[in-house]
Amino acid sequence: MKSSVIIFPGSNCDRDMDVALKKFGFKNQMVWHNDPEIPKSDLIVLPGGFAYGDYLRCGSIAAKSKIIKSVIDFANSGGLVIGICNGFQILIETGLLPGALLTNRYLKFICKNVFVKLNKDESKYFKNIKKDILELHIAHNDGNYFCSKDELKSLEDNNQIAVNYCGQNGELTDEFNPNGSINNIAGIFNKNKNIIGMMPHPERMIDKSLSSDDGNFFFENLIQNLK
Amino acid sequence: MEVNEQIAIDHGLKKEEFNKICDLLKRTPNITELGIFSAMWNEHCSYKSSRLHLKKLNTKGKKVIQGPGENAGVIDIEDDDAIVFKIESHNHPSFIEPYQGAATGVGGIMRDVFTMGARPIANLNSIHFGSPQHPKTKSLLRGVVKGIGGYGNCMGIPTVGGQTSFDESYNGNILVNAMTLGLVNKNKIFYSKAAGINKPVIYVGSKTGRDGIHGASMASAIFDDKIEEKKPTVQVGDPFTEKLLLEACLELMTGKSIISIQDMGAAGLTSSSIEMASKGNLGIELNLNKVPCREEKMTPYEIMLSESQERMLIVLENEKEEEAKKIFDKWNLDFAVIGKTTDTKKIELFFDNNKVAEIPINILAKNAPVYDRKWKKTKLPQKIKFNKDDFKKLKITGVLKKILSLPNISSKEWIWQQYDHTVMGDTIQKPGTDSGVVRVHGTNKAVATSVDSSAIYCYAHPLTGGKQVVCESWRNLISCGSKPIAITNCLNFGNPEKEKNMGEFVECVEGINEASKFLDYPVVSGNVSFYNETKDKGIKPTPAIGGVGLIKDYKKMITMNLKNNENLILVVGKTEGHLDQSVFAINILNEKKGPPPVVNLFNEKNIGETVLKLIGEELITSAHDVSLGGIITAVSKMAIKGKKGFKLNKLKVLMNKFDYYFGEDQGRYIIEIEPKNLSKVQNILKDNSVHYDDIGFVIENEIIVDKEPILHIDDLIESNTNWLERYMDK
Amino acid sequence: MKVKVIVTLKEGVLDPQGKAIQQTLDGMSFSDVKQVRQGKYFDIEVNIEDEKKAKSKVEEMCKKLLANLVIEDYRIL
Repeated sequence: MKSSVIIFPGSNCDRDMDVALKKFGFKNQMVWHNDPEIPKSDLIVLPGGFAYGDYLRCGSIAAKSKIIKSVIDFANSGGLVIGICNGFQILIETGLLPGALLTNRYLKFICKNVFVKLNKDESKYFKNIKKDILELHIAHNDGNYFCSKDELKSLEDNNQIAVNYCGQNGELTDEFNPNGSINNIAGIFNKNKNIIGMMPHPERMIDKSLSSDDGNFFFENLIQNLK
Repeated sequence: MEVNEQIAIDHGLKKEEFNKICDLLKRTPNITELGIFSAMWNEHCSYKSSRLHLKKLNTKGKKVIQGPGENAGVIDIEDDDAIVFKIESHNHPSFIEPYQGAATGVGGIMRDVFTMGARPIANLNSIHFGSPQHPKTKSLLRGVVKGIGGYGNCMGIPTVGGQTSFDESYNGNILVNAMTLGLVNKNKIFYSKAAGINKPVIYVGSKTGRDGIHGASMASAIFDDKIEEKKPTVQVGDPFTEKLLLEACLELMTGKSIISIQDMGAAGLTSSSIEMASKGNLGIELNLNKVPCREEKMTPYEIMLSESQERMLIVLENEKEEEAKKIFDKWNLDFAVIGKTTDTKKIELFFDNNKVAEIPINILAKNAPVYDRKWKKTKLPQKIKFNKDDFKKLKITGVLKKILSLPNISSKEWIWQQYDHTVMGDTIQKPGTDSGVVRVHGTNKAVATSVDSSAIYCYAHPLTGGKQVVCESWRNLISCGSKPIAITNCLNFGNPEKEKNMGEFVECVEGINEASKFLDYPVVSGNVSFYNETKDKGIKPTPAIGGVGLIKDYKKMITMNLKNNENLILVVGKTEGHLDQSVFAINILNEKKGPPPVVNLFNEKNIGETVLKLIGEELITSAHDVSLGGIITAVSKMAIKGKKGFKLNKLKVLMNKFDYYFGEDQGRYIIEIEPKNLSKVQNILKDNSVHYDDIGFVIENEIIVDKEPILHIDDLIESNTNWLERYMDK
Repeated sequence: MKVKVIVTLKEGVLDPQGKAIQQTLDGMSFSDVKQVRQGKYFDIEVNIEDEKKAKSKVEEMCKKLLANLVIEDYRIL
C-alpha cells in the first residue's frame, strides 16, 4: 500500500507521520508542496504543524498551494485523504470538508491526552476497528470545530461525524470537551467517507513508551481495510 | 555626526572605555564605529565583568567535544551521536514585552544550536517572576508562557521540561532563560571560525529592519521609570521563518560548502561578522548595500546594529554560491553575498561606494575590556535555633497540604500544557517530573535533561548555593536513570559594579566549579546576565543549571509515580534535619535567616552512583530526588503522580518529626522498591557505605502519617494542582 | 490605488477573543462595554487606476482568500 505525506513550509509532524505509516507497512513518500503532482498513492496524508505559519487563518494559505489541486482531484475521484490537526484545517479551507476550526474556547494552546470515540460505521478508516474508544493526543491552538445548524444536521443525517472527544468510558459530555467544539466533534468525514479530518494525533500514540499505543489500532485497521 | 564622550555615554560606554577606544584607534571613532564598539563592548557580548571568573570554570571531560567559546557546547553520547546544547537569557526584553521577549529568546537559543548542524530535539526554560501579589506578575507570566509556546510549538520542537519560581526580588526584573538540545553526528559539526581568504560571506534568512537597535546595550542597562520608552528596542520574532531557516540550513549542511556559520543574535551582523573573523584570525569586508533590508533608507549604523531575528551569516567555499542559493530559494528565504574574508585582520564596511568603518578586529573581540571588579565575600550565616515548642501547634498533614499548595511547589501543569511536549514522537518523559526525556530517534538511547536553580540558597550563601544547584541537577538526571554528562549555565545576577552582587557572582561560580569538578560534570556552554536590577533593587543571585544525561536503554528509564501497594519506600542518604532556608522554615515558621543545607560532594557522588547501580540492577520501581519541602513533600509528589497513597512508619531516628520530614538536607533520594528486592538493595547500599531509612510503604489511596489525621490522595492532589490555575484564570 | 477591507465574524459565530477583550476592559473599570467582536483590517494596494475595477478585483480576493465565508463577512470600505 502506497502513501504520500505532503510537506508544506511549516509542517512539522511530517516525520512523525512517516514513521507511523512505515511502521504499519505503508510504502511512504514525502511530497513537497511545490511538486507538480503526487506520485501514485492509495492514501494521501496532510500532516500537522503550522503550514505557512498559520498566517491569515490556519490552513488558508496551504489550501491555495500548487499541490492542492492534485489532492482535490484525488479526493474527488474517491481516493483516501487524511488530514491530521493542521491537515484538518487545510482540508476545511479547501472546502473538501465543511465547517470551520476556531480558536480553542479558553484561548490557550492545549497539549494533552484525550479519549475519543470513533464512528465504526461504513468508512474504510474505522470499519471493524478492534477498539472504538481510544486514548489519543491533542496539541493545538485552533481546534474548536464550528458549523452552522444546517451543516450540523447534514453531518448527522449523513453519518459524517467521525470522531468525538469523550470520557474514558465513552461519555460525551462537555467535561471531556477540551476546546469547545460543537457536540465534542474531534473529526469528520466528507459525504463519501473517503476523506477524514481530525484534530487528535494518532501518530504520536504508536508506542507504549509514548504513554499510549492506541494509535496502533488506527493504522493497523486502516491498512487491513485497504488490503 | 560628530562623536564625543557624551554620545559614547549615551551608547552605554563608560568615559574610560571611550578614551580607550580613541587610544586604540589612534583617532575618534565615527558614529558607525562607535555603535559597533558599544555593541561589542557591552556586558552581554564582551562578558567584561565575568570573563576573569568564568576562566576558572571546569570545562573539560572525556565526553566533551566542544566546550564554551562556540555557539553552543557539544557532548559525545556514543555511536557517533552528539548533543549540542546551551541555555541563554532574555530577561530585559521579556520584562518590557513578555510575549516577544520570551519568543525571541526561544528563537535565539534554537538558532545557536542548529547553526552547529544539530536538529533541535528538546526545549526547556527557567522562568522567574515577582511575587504573585505584584500587579504585573500575572500578565508577565501569561505573556511569557504564550511567547515560549507560540515560538517553540510553531517550530515543532517539544518543550519537555522547565522550572518556574516566584520571588519578590524579581518584581522589577523577571528572568526568562531558554535552553535547547540538538542532535548531530559528531563528524558533521559546524563551527563559527572563519577560514580562508577571499571566501564569500553570505547573509541568509529574514530581511533586516530596525528591530532591537541597541538591544544588547539595553540588556546591560538598568531599568528605571523610563521603561515604557524602551519598548521599540524589543525584537519581534517569526517562528515560521525560523522553521524555514532551520530546514534550509540543515539541507545546506548535508553538502560540503560551508566553512563556518553563525547566527545573528545579540548585536546582529556586528557580533556575528566580528566573532567569525576573530576566531579565524582574519579580516572581513562587508558591502552594506547588499544586505537585504525591509525598511527604506537604512544607515550603516542601523544595518550593523539591527537585531532583526531569523538571520544567519555563512562563510562559504568559493564557487558554491549558486548551489547554496538554490536551497534558500526553495525555502523562500533571502540569500545575499554581502562580503568576503580578507587578510587585513580588520572589519571594513562599505556603503554607497565609501568606506564607512574600519576597525582592527582584535580590539573589538580579544582585546575588549576585562574587569577585575571588587567583590565582597558573603559570610556563612549562623544556624538558627528553632523553638521546638512552636512545632507543637502544627500538624504534619496540615503543613504538608499548605506546602504542596505554595506557588513554588504547586504543579505547573497550567503552564506546560500550553507547550507542545510530544511533537517529533520521541518524548518518553513529559514535563512535571525530575527530567524531561527524549529518545534519540531511531536508536535505543534516550537523553534526559532538566533545568534547576536555587535563588534562596544562593542568596543565603552563594558558595554553598552554587554547589547545591549543580548537585540538584545531577540528582534530577540520576533519578530517571540517566548518567549525567555535562551542564550549561545561565548566570543571572544583579549589578556587578556593586561589591555584594559581584561577590555573589564570584562565589556562585566558585561553588558551581567545585561541584562540577568533583562530580565530573563539566560546563560546556552558558551565558551571563548582569544588571538585573531596578531602582537599586537587585534580584537574588540565580544561577540556572541545565543538565544533560544519557540513558543507554530507554526501556530502563525510571519514572517517579508510586506504583504498587505494599512496595517499600526508602530514603537513600542520611537525614540530619536541616531546616534553615527550607520551605518549611520560610513559609510556615516565617524564618528567612540561616545557612542553606550543607553540600557534601563526596556523599553526593557516592550516593548518586549507588542509585544508578540500583537502577542498573532493575531493583528500583520509582525514584525521585529530595529537594524543596524535604522527604514528605518528595514522597507526596510521587504519590500524586501515581494516584497512590502511602503510610509512613513511626520515626526510628531520634529527631523531631518536622526536622525529619521537612528538612532539606542534600544528597538524598526517595526510592520505591518491591519487598522481595529489599535484601539485594540493602546489600548494595551497605557495600557502598550509603545510609538509608526504611520509612514506609505504598498503599491504595490514603495518606497515613503516624498519629496524624488521615488524608486521602485526592486531598494532596487538590492542594497541589489548583493554585496556578486558580491564580491565572480568575 | 489602495483598497481597504474589513473582515468580521458572522453574527452567531462564537468569538472567544472578543469575549476575553470585553472581560479585560471590564476589569480595567470600563464597565459600560456591552460586547466586543474582533475583526481584521486589510490595506491592499493594487496596480489598477479605475476605482470600480480595483474594488471588484479586491472583492474577488475577499471571496477566494481573505474571508472564510463559512464564518466571516467582508466589507470593502
